[in-house]
Amino acid sequence: MPKAAMKRPHDESCSLLEIRKLRIEATSYSPGGDPQNTVIVDDVSLKLEKGRVLGLIGESGAGKSTIGLASMGYGRGGVRITGGEVLLNGRNILARGVQGLRKVRGNKVCYVAQSAAAAFNPALRLMEQVIESALLHRIATRAEAETRAIALFKKLGLPNPETIGRRYPHQVSGGQLQRVMTAMALCSEPDLIVFDEPTTALDVTTQIDVLAAIKDAIRDTGVAALYITHDLSVVAQVSDEIMVLRHGKMVEHGETRQIIEAPRTEYTKALVSVRSIEHQEKRPAACPVLEVRNITAAYGGHVKVLQEVSIEVHPGQTLAVVGESGSGKSTLARAITGLLPPTSGMITFAGRTLTPRLAERSTDDLRELQLIYQMADVAMNPRQTVGTIIGRPLEFYFGMRGRERDHRVAELLDEIEMGKGFVDRYPAELSGGQKQRVCIARALAARPKLIICDEVTSALDPLVADGILKLLLRLQKIEDVAYLFITHDLATVKAIADSIAVMYQGRVVRYGSKTEVLTPPFDAYTDLLLSSVPEMELGWLESAIKGRRMASGGN
Amino acid sequence: MRLSTMSPIVRLITQRITLGILLLFLVSILIFAGTQILPGDVSQAILGQSATPEALANLRAELGLNDPAYIRYFRWLGGVLTGDLGTALTSRQEITATLLPRLWNTLFLAFCAATVAVPLAIILGLLAVRYRNGVIDKLISGFALTSTSLPEFFIGYLLVYFFAVKLQWLPGISTVYVGMPFLERMEAIALPATVLTLVVLAHMMRMTRAAILNVMQSAYIETAELKGLRQIEIIRRHAFPNAIAPVINVVMLNLAFLIVGVVVVEVIFVYPGMGQYLVDHVSKRDVPVVQAVGLIFAAVYIGLNIIADVAAIIANPRLRHPK
Repeated sequence: MPKAAMKRPHDESCSLLEIRKLRIEATSYSPGGDPQNTVIVDDVSLKLEKGRVLGLIGESGAGKSTIGLASMGYGRGGVRITGGEVLLNGRNILARGVQGLRKVRGNKVCYVAQSAAAAFNPALRLMEQVIESALLHRIATRAEAETRAIALFKKLGLPNPETIGRRYPHQVSGGQLQRVMTAMALCSEPDLIVFDEPTTALDVTTQIDVLAAIKDAIRDTGVAALYITHDLSVVAQVSDEIMVLRHGKMVEHGETRQIIEAPRTEYTKALVSVRSIEHQEKRPAACPVLEVRNITAAYGGHVKVLQEVSIEVHPGQTLAVVGESGSGKSTLARAITGLLPPTSGMITFAGRTLTPRLAERSTDDLRELQLIYQMADVAMNPRQTVGTIIGRPLEFYFGMRGRERDHRVAELLDEIEMGKGFVDRYPAELSGGQKQRVCIARALAARPKLIICDEVTSALDPLVADGILKLLLRLQKIEDVAYLFITHDLATVKAIADSIAVMYQGRVVRYGSKTEVLTPPFDAYTDLLLSSVPEMELGWLESAIKGRRMASGGN
Repeated sequence: MRLSTMSPIVRLITQRITLGILLLFLVSILIFAGTQILPGDVSQAILGQSATPEALANLRAELGLNDPAYIRYFRWLGGVLTGDLGTALTSRQEITATLLPRLWNTLFLAFCAATVAVPLAIILGLLAVRYRNGVIDKLISGFALTSTSLPEFFIGYLLVYFFAVKLQWLPGISTVYVGMPFLERMEAIALPATVLTLVVLAHMMRMTRAAILNVMQSAYIETAELKGLRQIEIIRRHAFPNAIAPVINVVMLNLAFLIVGVVVVEVIFVYPGMGQYLVDHVSKRDVPVVQAVGLIFAAVYIGLNIIADVAAIIANPRLRHPK
């Protein structure tokens, strides 16, 4: 292999990657104010030996992606590396200028992005993109590179490895694209690959396959890797050691086993024990608040996305609807709210029959059925203050004005554990968790009987999501509101549900109280879904793959 | 073949072309109705104020002006579809015969201006993105915006003053005739083509720059950077192909302007094209000629927009290669 021969003798004596006292800053320009300097990464050092995998873990804003990209000398969106050294094979890549960095990128170090669907150029065939860096850095001829790419496609378990390269990104599923991206990174035979949340955007059932493929590829090629994720149970499956980061600083660094079995710092302990909410399941009431009978719905008149779906939600209780993307769970919410009128079936809400179409519903029907979305920031008008946002339903439904409304807004803010100081703030000044809390308060302002929560914690960090779940449970006790909780995350389901509906390809495949649904014997799909949720124990991945009865979708 | 059984790309293209043709028919109705609303009487216009009522009545009957409007519309439309645009009132000549060489002249001028302006605008746009917010970007944008802001008659006379009067390199009047040698013809239209290029350059350049900059925000541009590609390669290989649809759209709009909007330039340089022909006959109230030219301009505009739509559809890999 020509690359090994080119290596200089002193390379053998030092680590593959060594980061010394890395400091990264960004300048943010707020309108009107002076430019603000923020330190994103502060005094982080790490060492990575050949063939080892280091997991970087932390919440959003911890600086883990920034550190990963710094190993390629890259700063995303105006981020600057202002201090420290990044030594690759003993040489500081930061001192080599743009030309030098270009020789490192795609050659010695490759990158696998979070969303492969966005990271591939939609206008080029996959093969062109996979072999691009190998050709650019003259590592292989076109024929050699294509042969190698096909071998990698095969190794990563992609269907039709000979011909998949001729496809365009949109012709391949998300899980497959993520594997093609891994092949792209491996194609130029780098020394190091930076995996930046490679499975976060995937369904659990797909994540497990991609995770296994990545792990095998790392083992077989002997490449070293930085594996960045916010999910400790995922990183526990692939890495040899783990570094915990918070606010750009290192919190703890150790062997994987030590981090998950015997964490030393409080923060790591909190990460390890996350989702430990105990929720006692309630017995169903005599009369449900929402009853959905045999609903069928279709897009464009013929693509059936819901088939004969029947569920019940009881007053003051939570029904969790779980399933992977495309299973029809959000469509169910659209059908109940009238955004997508069902073609057949009946919806009864609080003793009244709901009309299929939203436009024909009475104000009370609208008021008593509220919706909270996954993306809190796009569900709020960025030019309205928190007070205006929460006050709007008070004015609209109850005709409250002036002091009466302000008083109620203050009460609601208290309920969501956000003090008075927030009334005059704009959404842009809030964190992700705070934004979601404001959305919850806005829904509560209407005094609803039922709130549909569509993946409300999916975009949040685990600890923040935990806070939201606890808040929702507490509010349910105070306001006696029912939740229809749509999620793909089974840990959330266990934490919050009284009953569960499992959806698959537009149908409810399993339905009942939480205990009934989560107790064996399982149907094949529920089994696949439950067994795919990563658990925080070493060797889980291998045993889970071995024990599966049904292949996941997208293969 | 039923619409639903066709591949999506064929269906979309068929749809666009059908809609374009339908639109052209609607425009032809509008043009016809517009000229009907105008005051005055064609036979009066032909025979003049001193005509006797009998002569007027005879001519009306001869021209079919006593028929209801829709019959006259279909007669006109039938003529247009068979290549007969009618007779000019002033010269009593066949419009088609007079118009064709002028249309060809206009198309030739527009084509020459476009072959310079389109590649130049796209290359300048790419360079502006490569050196964005730097000196080169600002120089390119400044030059392009200045040339667009100046009215075309001003640029026209400026060029005539320097290149035709002072330096005497090029003729100030663009006379062309049938059978003129190619090089002489090129020399004759050099100045008007330059004016047109300067007028349309900025719009296309700015849109190319904006469309590519928009694409440069995408995640796959970061992927390309992390492969170690050079900036200009990233722009050419990864950004431009994804910005092609808006670029084609603005290029087509400008090509349409080159044909439809040349009136002022043709008048300045006394160039025997459609624009001059139109202006002449508007001032003479020659309704059939105005109708004919209006219809041709509308056809050019709609046709180029159909091409832009179809090209944008073909440029989209999701439509070209369905799942």
